Amino acid sequence: MTPTLAVEDLSVDYTVTDRGGLWPRRRQVPALRRIGFEIEPGETLGLVGESGSGKTTAGRAILRRVETSGGRILFRGTDITHASGPALRRLRAEMQLILQDPFTSLNPRMRIADIVGEPLLVHRRAASRAEMRDRVAALLEKVGLPADSGARFPHAFSGGQLQRVGIARALALRPGLVVADEPVSALDVSVRAQVVNLMQDIQRQEGLSYLFIAHDLAVVRHISHRVAILYGGCMMEIAGRDAIYDNPRHPYTEALLSAVPVPDPPAQRLRRRSAPPAAAPDMAQPNAGCVYAARCPRATGHCRAEAPPLAEIAPGHRVACWHPL
Amino acid sequence: MTAPLLAVRDLRVVFPTRAGLVRAVSDVSLEVAAGETLGIVGESGSGKSVSAQAMLGLLPLPGRVTGGEILWRGRPLGDAAGLRGREIACVFQDPMQSLNPLMTIGAQLVETLRHHHGLSRRAARDRAAELLAEVALSAPARRLDQYPHELSGGILQRVALALALACEPALLIADEPTTALDVTVQAEILDLLAGLQARRGLAVILITHDLGVVAGLCHRVAVMYAGRVVETGEIDALFANPAHPYTQGLLRATPGLDNRTERLVAIDGAPPSLRAPPAGCPFRPRCPIADAACLAPPPFAATDTGRAACWRAGAAAWAEVAP
Amino acid sequence: MAAELGEDVPGLIGLLLLLGVVGMALLAPWIAPHDPAAQSVLARLAPPAWLARGDPAHLLGTDALGRDVLSRIIWGARATLLVGVAVVLLSGSFGVLVGLVAGYAGGRTDAVLMRLVDIQVSFPGVLLILLIVSVVGPSLLTIVVVLAITNWMIYARLVRGTVLSLRSAPYVEAAEIVGCGPVRILWRHILPNLVSPLLTVAILEFTNVVLAEAAISFLGLGVQPPATSWGLDVASGRDYVFVAWWLVTFPGLAIAVTVLGVNLFAGWLRVTTDPREREKRFGWSRAARALAGRAQ
Repeated sequence: MTPTLAVEDLSVDYTVTDRGGLWPRRRQVPALRRIGFEIEPGETLGLVGESGSGKTTAGRAILRRVETSGGRILFRGTDITHASGPALRRLRAEMQLILQDPFTSLNPRMRIADIVGEPLLVHRRAASRAEMRDRVAALLEKVGLPADSGARFPHAFSGGQLQRVGIARALALRPGLVVADEPVSALDVSVRAQVVNLMQDIQRQEGLSYLFIAHDLAVVRHISHRVAILYGGCMMEIAGRDAIYDNPRHPYTEALLSAVPVPDPPAQRLRRRSAPPAAAPDMAQPNAGCVYAARCPRATGHCRAEAPPLAEIAPGHRVACWHPL
Repeated sequence: MTAPLLAVRDLRVVFPTRAGLVRAVSDVSLEVAAGETLGIVGESGSGKSVSAQAMLGLLPLPGRVTGGEILWRGRPLGDAAGLRGREIACVFQDPMQSLNPLMTIGAQLVETLRHHHGLSRRAARDRAAELLAEVALSAPARRLDQYPHELSGGILQRVALALALACEPALLIADEPTTALDVTVQAEILDLLAGLQARRGLAVILITHDLGVVAGLCHRVAVMYAGRVVETGEIDALFANPAHPYTQGLLRATPGLDNRTERLVAIDGAPPSLRAPPAGCPFRPRCPIADAACLAPPPFAATDTGRAACWRAGAAAWAEVAP
Repeated sequence: MAAELGEDVPGLIGLLLLLGVVGMALLAPWIAPHDPAAQSVLARLAPPAWLARGDPAHLLGTDALGRDVLSRIIWGARATLLVGVAVVLLSGSFGVLVGLVAGYAGGRTDAVLMRLVDIQVSFPGVLLILLIVSVVGPSLLTIVVVLAITNWMIYARLVRGTVLSLRSAPYVEAAEIVGCGPVRILWRHILPNLVSPLLTVAILEFTNVVLAEAAISFLGLGVQPPATSWGLDVASGRDYVFVAWWLVTFPGLAIAVTVLGVNLFAGWLRVTTDPREREKRFGWSRAARALAGRAQ
């Protein structure tokens, strides 16, 4: 079966303009370095990384919002790396986004029904007003919102309800892939679980794939089938969910796991953290070695001299480390 | 038992707004003993930050304290401004709230130290470097000459902490100090707080939405919901046997790493509006075991593990809901 | 909407003032007691009717040529409103268009358009007006076009700035990913959020335009006698300000009342076009009613 999404050696550079001197100087700073993964139909890949890891850039590159500087993106087997014009427009219907902050991701001056119906309208998927109304009502019902919400404006809703509206909008065109960029980070704990469960229910019904971007490993466990760890724009480790949590092989994955605070006082007090001072790497400095070497307790001269390849050390478990755990 | 360092009794805070009266904090009672860490846990709108702001005398307008008292070492805390910064210090979610972007880190620390301890310029600078070393910053002497914008969020939070410690406070109020940080940085700051607390015998009020953050650091916890404290207790006992259905639900909804279930237990609905809170128990509309008794406000009664404001405290609320 | 306006007393007053002024302009031939251009040497500089020596036939007095001030104000409303509204609409739409294109397209388009704005801003407006009018010749149309040419830049700058900040708003990104084209993004997602700042600027500009028209007319390049406008009346009455104060006062008041009416009404409009503000205001009046109900 062709995967819903295949990413091969994807690199993205950002242009940084130094305005120090008389003439602005432009430099290329890498944000993503040759990352690769696949997402099967109906599968969720958790993409985890801290600030500066490139996780958001990866999501935007897949959605064709930022230009790539290398590699390929295949959607259902078709190369979309350079899609533009009508092809890009058709693609928009197939790949959707759920944003982090529900309070800013919905236009405050549009009614909920117009927000959810907008994808149908711009892609001419509804033949009549009546059909549009019915489909919007069905979408609102699917995400568990009361039937009368369509006539109201976003400010009348709580964060959790607004995130449901965002999900309804993303689902309107029945996409094959939804990129969810930290969809529950801005929500309260008691509401977070509702949204995660809703996303799982919808996946089961519609068979769609998720790229679930997150900054820590806690939520990802419940929704992901596989998990990929990013650091400094490089893929550190990718494996099935249980392998990542029970048997992490990359020192960074272990550091991330030990950093998650667990709601169990005796256990949490006992957790020893020996990770050296945490800091995102300076991406502007050229670095021939492993990006994590400066923070890694296991780093050797070899790590600083040569970047480790992402190597398969068990079936479906790949790690970029010279000295895996 | 000695008198608590800080005691809050029946505190009420309201915000008169154009859309109606917001009862942000209702009948909140809390206390912290010297050297103790109290965690205040709640979601957005639970009143946890407003309570802390009232303790600090830093309520934003149009907030007003309309009832209750705040006692510092047994005496009414009349003019909080005098105590604030000397005996009570605070750090916020955004460290820039306590730092001046136009001054170097060193200048800000030196100014505070000279003001509070009357140190000479040189002595103050030496002490500033010591403080930065105490919050585990590398190369403290070099940091003194840097401006806030040159530093990352985690380092700034350490600097804010050093600034808070500069006047040797007895109580530190930390309002979501790690929420804006990456998990690995959060873990370091939490370790640092635990270390400082133990070394200095500091009392800490840690305000957070994350039960995991509270778990490793606090001696006691107060869980807030809709402007009220719904449960308090010793941390181990409360986490092991939560009495209030809300605490039980929150614990189950917090994703842990050893949790193997596919699905999280969700608490349906959303926190109530503080303009028109439901009659009786504020958690009633979302509570799976609510009954007719819950239409009356529950008393804040003693339980096996502390106190809880629930008519059916101790009953397992969510057992039958789990898949 | 009508019921909402009833709850906003200042907004309602504004609307009534505006309706009064517009009605006056429309009904001028029927409600003006005299021909505004009819001169009468005998009735020169008659004070308002309620003063000593006042002539009951000339309610607000007469000017140096014996023309009836009230009739001139009623007729003058036509030119003043026409110029004010036409210029604000024309310069506003052009400025908004330039601002939208510059802000959304960015890059070179933005740079070129904004340099154009800079050049136009740095060019003395009066000089340009003198130049154009002396070539084309004075007429109402010329004034409108000339004032529009010298007043669109403020809209362009305002709109461009706001578009730049809104472009990166998450809901705009969401709309782009949904597949909305640039026109729809600008029209549905960006422009509605520009309504309040634009209304504020347009109202300030309306005042400016009315005064600018007065200045041009005063220079003899605007409204040509025997036609009249409030600005022209204020300007020509200026010479008599010590002997006949009514000549500047009443047209001046007419300008003030119009601007006030526009301001009050615009305040209501601004709130009404923002769903969040609307909720707040009605929440407020509901709360007030609830309190009143409890007191009884």
